[in-house]
Amino acid sequence: MENLLVAENIYKQFGNFTALNNVSIAIPRGSIFGLLGPNGAGKTTLLRIINQITMPDKGQVFLDGKPLHPDDIAHIGYLPEERGLYKSMKVGEQALYLARLKGLSKAEAKERLEYWFKKLHIEGWWDKKIQELSKGMAQKVQFIITVLHRPKLLIFDEPFSGFDPVNAGLIKNEILQLKEEGATILFSTHRMESVEELCDYMALIHESNKLLDGKVSEIKRAYKSNTYEVGLETETEDLLLADLKERFVIGNTSFKSINDDLKLTIQLKDGETPNQLLNYLIGRASINHFVEVIPSVNDIFIKTVTQNA
Amino acid sequence: MRNLKLIIQREYLARVRNKTFIIMTFLSPLILVGMFALIAYLSMLNSSEQRIIGLYDETEMFSSEFNDQEQVQYLDLSGKSLEEAKKMVNEQDYYGLIYIPENINRDLEGVQFFGKESPGLGTIQAIEKTIADRLTREELIERGIDVNQLNEAKTEVRIEIQNFSGERTSKMSNYIKMFFGGAAGYLLMMFIIIYGNMVMRSVIEEKTNRIIEIIVSSVKPITLMMGKVLGTSLAGITQFTIWVLLAGVLAITSFYVLGIDVFTVQKSQLETVEQIAQPEIAQLVMDVLNLPILSLIIFFLIYFIGGYFLYSAIYAAIGAAVDSETDTQQFMFPVILPLMLGIYVGFFSVIENPHGSVSTIFSMIPLTSPIVMLMRIPFGVPWWELAISVGLLIITNFGVIWLAAKIYRVGILMYGKKASYKELFKWLKY
Repeated sequence: MENLLVAENIYKQFGNFTALNNVSIAIPRGSIFGLLGPNGAGKTTLLRIINQITMPDKGQVFLDGKPLHPDDIAHIGYLPEERGLYKSMKVGEQALYLARLKGLSKAEAKERLEYWFKKLHIEGWWDKKIQELSKGMAQKVQFIITVLHRPKLLIFDEPFSGFDPVNAGLIKNEILQLKEEGATILFSTHRMESVEELCDYMALIHESNKLLDGKVSEIKRAYKSNTYEVGLETETEDLLLADLKERFVIGNTSFKSINDDLKLTIQLKDGETPNQLLNYLIGRASINHFVEVIPSVNDIFIKTVTQNA
Repeated sequence: MRNLKLIIQREYLARVRNKTFIIMTFLSPLILVGMFALIAYLSMLNSSEQRIIGLYDETEMFSSEFNDQEQVQYLDLSGKSLEEAKKMVNEQDYYGLIYIPENINRDLEGVQFFGKESPGLGTIQAIEKTIADRLTREELIERGIDVNQLNEAKTEVRIEIQNFSGERTSKMSNYIKMFFGGAAGYLLMMFIIIYGNMVMRSVIEEKTNRIIEIIVSSVKPITLMMGKVLGTSLAGITQFTIWVLLAGVLAITSFYVLGIDVFTVQKSQLETVEQIAQPEIAQLVMDVLNLPILSLIIFFLIYFIGGYFLYSAIYAAIGAAVDSETDTQQFMFPVILPLMLGIYVGFFSVIENPHGSVSTIFSMIPLTSPIVMLMRIPFGVPWWELAISVGLLIITNFGVIWLAAKIYRVGILMYGKKASYKELFKWLKY
């Protein structure tokens, strides 16, 4: 089975508002899948449907090829965006409670909790109450609860919001390690950097519709415009610029450089190769910098959303 | 099922470990006893006051009739003028002055009472009776009737109320039934309000804590709601049981102090009680022991559970529909209303006529039946009425819990939205 989770033609309406309009996604086993979209696009509704918190009006979700069953919650770990803990309950006690709700036995839950508490350096918190902890600390506890029962599918909704950079890094490494260990990860965010860094696959949801999905590298390839960023050094800058403008589409750019370069973006015509550009440039200037411009997820996001607006 | 047990356990412990719960459980019986003691003490203080009432009797017939009593002392001021008497009463700070004019007739016209404050009803009645008795006697003598013979001829009748199964009751026992029924109904209302509120607050807490979504990703909302309702009800039953035990201990201690051996009190032995104590007290003890205390406790628990489930499901739905406790106001009134109605029907209609149609109907309607029926039970309710009432309560419970669960399911995931009734109705269809 190639895909761990498949959501097919999900349709969900709240009163007159359509939250999801015929959205389908497929999450390959062992991958990190990023669900992107502006606020209010329908991401959280989709995650809630996958978690069986709400039911879709139409469409179906399959886990491991079988329609989702209530018992499947044991195979899914969900860290919701709106997350909290009981204020007046001790950390260890409620971690134990939430772990047992996921189906772990008391002894098993305790053993694993001790392991994770040690791993995230929070051994001393067992008897503390949540109201004594900072927000970031509470989030560590929530993260542990999400992954404790070793689910096949981990779902993180805005996992890094509220973390300081140190702890965000810590959590990121844990997520990558979980992937190594074979977990499939779905995470939803509107922060593009994290998708860039972590995700193998992504889907873009905007105003209840899915606009785009696929492998991140393929999407980027599809969105690149055959443009190169160059740093050129020559005595006759004006002449070269005029020549280039005739042959290519030229844009201004900036990057860090120790040289006093002419910094440009050069867009090639369809069918032209970077080698042709290099050949053209070699006789005319010394080339200090030559990089293909790859669209960032952020660019793709903005482009797609504004195109469909 | 496993998760339901876990939730019940957590909810129960969360309630019972709460400091307020512990304090309320042990302190409120003490407060109650203390309040009774205070009232008793104050009324004793009140009645130990000595009053002096002046008597200005122009007929000179009555001075021998007004005999000094424990609390009232009569002072014959007939020798002085009326003005002097009034002045004296006023200056000496006496309670008041009775003025009986010479030409008094049978209608007691012309008799006056002067005082700084208007006197208590009891005092006036006593004075009127004293004067009327004397006048009656005069009348009888005038008409040639021998007063002694008349007194001898008087018989005292005490109607013995008995139902067809042979249980005896008395007027006194009706008061006791009212007291126990009323107390049970009132206690039930308090329990429903207190524990329903607990359920509501705990729902709001989970919502504002944002833990709700973590939990509903592992359990169904209805499981969470039922766990919450059940766990809280167990805390309520715990509190009730502790109160009953405490009351039992208190009762046994006080009986022991009064010299009645409770453990051996049987009907036969009540007669010995009758011999040692005053007949009224014996009657009282017997009436209390004759009450269906056990069935009152059992039905209290049944109606507590039934009524509490009904209302706390509604409370849970309200908690889910709002974001903070201050937003609950608009939904509270319709919840409190039937409870208040139950109490009022109980105190006015049931006491007037425990088996009348108003009482019977309200003891069937599920929203009021827990309170009204509890008030009727001491007066004896046919089993089939109980069966219908409990049956209706159970059926309504299923319906209301089903509806509440639907609102709850949607409401717990809605943040920052103040729900209106219209909105709630829409949620039912999601």
